[in-house]
Amino acid sequence: MRSINLSLQKYFKLLFVVQLLNVSFVYAGAKQTINIAYLTQEQKVPPPLSNLDAFIKDKGVLGAGLAIDDNNTTGQFTGQQFVLKKFIVPLDGNVVDTFNKDIGDQYSYVVVNLPAGLTNKIADLSAAKQKLLFDAGTIDDALRNEQCRSNVLHILPSRAMRADALAQYMMKKRWNKWFLVIGATEEDRLFADALKRAAKRFGMKIVEEKTWEHTYDARRTAQSDVAVFTQVDDYDVLVVADEQGQFGEYLEYRTWNARPVIGTQGLVATAWHRTHEQWGAVQIQNRFKEQAGRWMEEQDYAAYLAVRAIGEAATRTKSNDANKLKDYMLSDAFALQGYKGNPMSFRSWDGQLRQPVLLAAARSLVAVAPIEGFLHPKTELDTLGYDQPESTCKWSK
Amino acid sequence: MRKNVLGLFIAAILTGAAQAETVFVTLEKDNALAVVDPIAGKLIKTVEIGQRPRGIAISPDNKFLYVAVSDDNTIKIIDAETLKETGRLPSGEDPETFALNPAGDKLYVSNEDDSLVTVIDIKHKNAVKQIKVGVEPEGIATSPDNNWVASSSETTNMVHWIDAKTHAIVENTLVDPRPRALGFTADSQQLWVTSEMAGTLMILDVKTKQIIKTIKFDVQGVSADKIQPVGVVIDKDRKRGYVALGPANRVAVINAQTFEVEKYLLVGQRVWNLAFSPDQKRLYTTNGTSNDISLIDLETQTVTKSVGVGTYPWGVAVKP
Repeated sequence: MRSINLSLQKYFKLLFVVQLLNVSFVYAGAKQTINIAYLTQEQKVPPPLSNLDAFIKDKGVLGAGLAIDDNNTTGQFTGQQFVLKKFIVPLDGNVVDTFNKDIGDQYSYVVVNLPAGLTNKIADLSAAKQKLLFDAGTIDDALRNEQCRSNVLHILPSRAMRADALAQYMMKKRWNKWFLVIGATEEDRLFADALKRAAKRFGMKIVEEKTWEHTYDARRTAQSDVAVFTQVDDYDVLVVADEQGQFGEYLEYRTWNARPVIGTQGLVATAWHRTHEQWGAVQIQNRFKEQAGRWMEEQDYAAYLAVRAIGEAATRTKSNDANKLKDYMLSDAFALQGYKGNPMSFRSWDGQLRQPVLLAAARSLVAVAPIEGFLHPKTELDTLGYDQPESTCKWSK
Repeated sequence: MRKNVLGLFIAAILTGAAQAETVFVTLEKDNALAVVDPIAGKLIKTVEIGQRPRGIAISPDNKFLYVAVSDDNTIKIIDAETLKETGRLPSGEDPETFALNPAGDKLYVSNEDDSLVTVIDIKHKNAVKQIKVGVEPEGIATSPDNNWVASSSETTNMVHWIDAKTHAIVENTLVDPRPRALGFTADSQQLWVTSEMAGTLMILDVKTKQIIKTIKFDVQGVSADKIQPVGVVIDKDRKRGYVALGPANRVAVINAQTFEVEKYLLVGQRVWNLAFSPDQKRLYTTNGTSNDISLIDLETQTVTKSVGVGTYPWGVAVKP
């Protein structure tokens, strides 16, 4: 009897120890939480240009969701938990109010998918000063230059990066003489500026420049107007700046001379494309599609990378401290895997994520920039966009 | 002249003395298996195997081949003599890489899309366990002493150390981005891990699970982003290790004692996976985009032959 008691006692003791171990393991498993906010505003549905592509109103947020899952899969091994809270401000709502009231001091990391003006407005709020904002919406070069903010990192390739990517490809193809066609919007003018900058950088010649002022109605535009519009002196390639896609699609196959179309339509420069499947991209395309029920768009990819960047930095530094993570992200050690071959990192001079730019046609990936042969003393990725000596961003870090 | 003749004579003897081994290569885009006589340097035949074959291994008794046919969502068991299918294993979806345990009765599969490692009992042809690992598990290897299964996850950037008996993860080691292939040394003391994105090889100490050395590959005249280390093998005596460098079209020869890179051998394009000959005197490489395999003589450390095999050679296994 006594011996049975003893062994029972031993058993209980053992059980106790086992339970203690269990408990401490569980605690160790969730010792650090990283709270991430995702901020966006609903968008007005633009007038449909065609019935082919349905308007996608949730671009971005689903990418952030996928990345949170990935972070947490890693987090289960590192004892870190990542929480994503989405703030989707209605069309008539006030983004600043939402930021001040709801995001307040609870979140050190905010993924922002907003237009350029609003992005900087948010960045300048006193509530944003101690935070790290990830701009997953803009492609504006101004925000990465004279209007840069030290608390903002930019995920999407800027217009200059895209224009440089296109220019490198055109240079490789010896399409040296460009016919530049510009839309009527402010964004189109900005992209045209980026294209002009790229032409200069790579020694290309803009032999003709025209602004599209015709109707945007496909039924009458296409055949008549384009043919007349494109009767200009000889050129190698038509380069179009039409970010909203109001007329660019009508140009291809309808130009007076048989010339390829490149820019915002035809062959496009983009951070992500459904035709991309190298470097493991097929896997994330599949994982995204399974979750979202649609292809991954650029903003989804940007939000994915933003949240993954936070995850990667938190895992490597074993920290959730915004300053530590930011220092790590801006250091040489940081390497984000973004399914485009080269490891990605942030440019220390303007917070832009350096990355390859895809050059894609509707159903085939044509090239990935930087194009082979364009060299740079540090990293070939810095042949795209504003390099350190050119940058006008002055950060007081 | 006389010397030459003698040389030829010796070469002939050596060639004759070499065992007649067979090299099997999966052809990802041909949906086929190539059968190669490496000594003769000849493609013997190509047999249909299933949709998108990738990972391949041979049983310890050399009787069966296991081939992951990714788009058929299974691992086929192939008779190594007749090359006829004798069974299928429940690998889970889209199997790519897998590892056999030393006893040859269990098979560990990376299920990339589901962040799982599936443990398969070969005899009963059933999945006995699924182990949750990091995002996009890729490389997998079992230690020769049968203690460990190591799994690398490409997006989590970790090596997961799975206890081969309990099938529980015991520890995780953070490694360089996009870890691809893993290889244990024959003494089970080290695990070699390649990182596709950092262009590195990391040597991990099995006891401490820590990285003891990181080797950064640097090939003259090849840009850094082309250096994407994938397959890795280490010889029995731990004298040298070999790493396939992907689109750098080179195999790195590493001194496994000093960890110096001794040489880069130029092989075919996008070199992917590696396998030793049974006597470890030769190394075979699959070259994905030049559609051939390279034969490396390890005594002279030279590439002696390339044999065209078919479209997108992926995995390689050798039967004595």
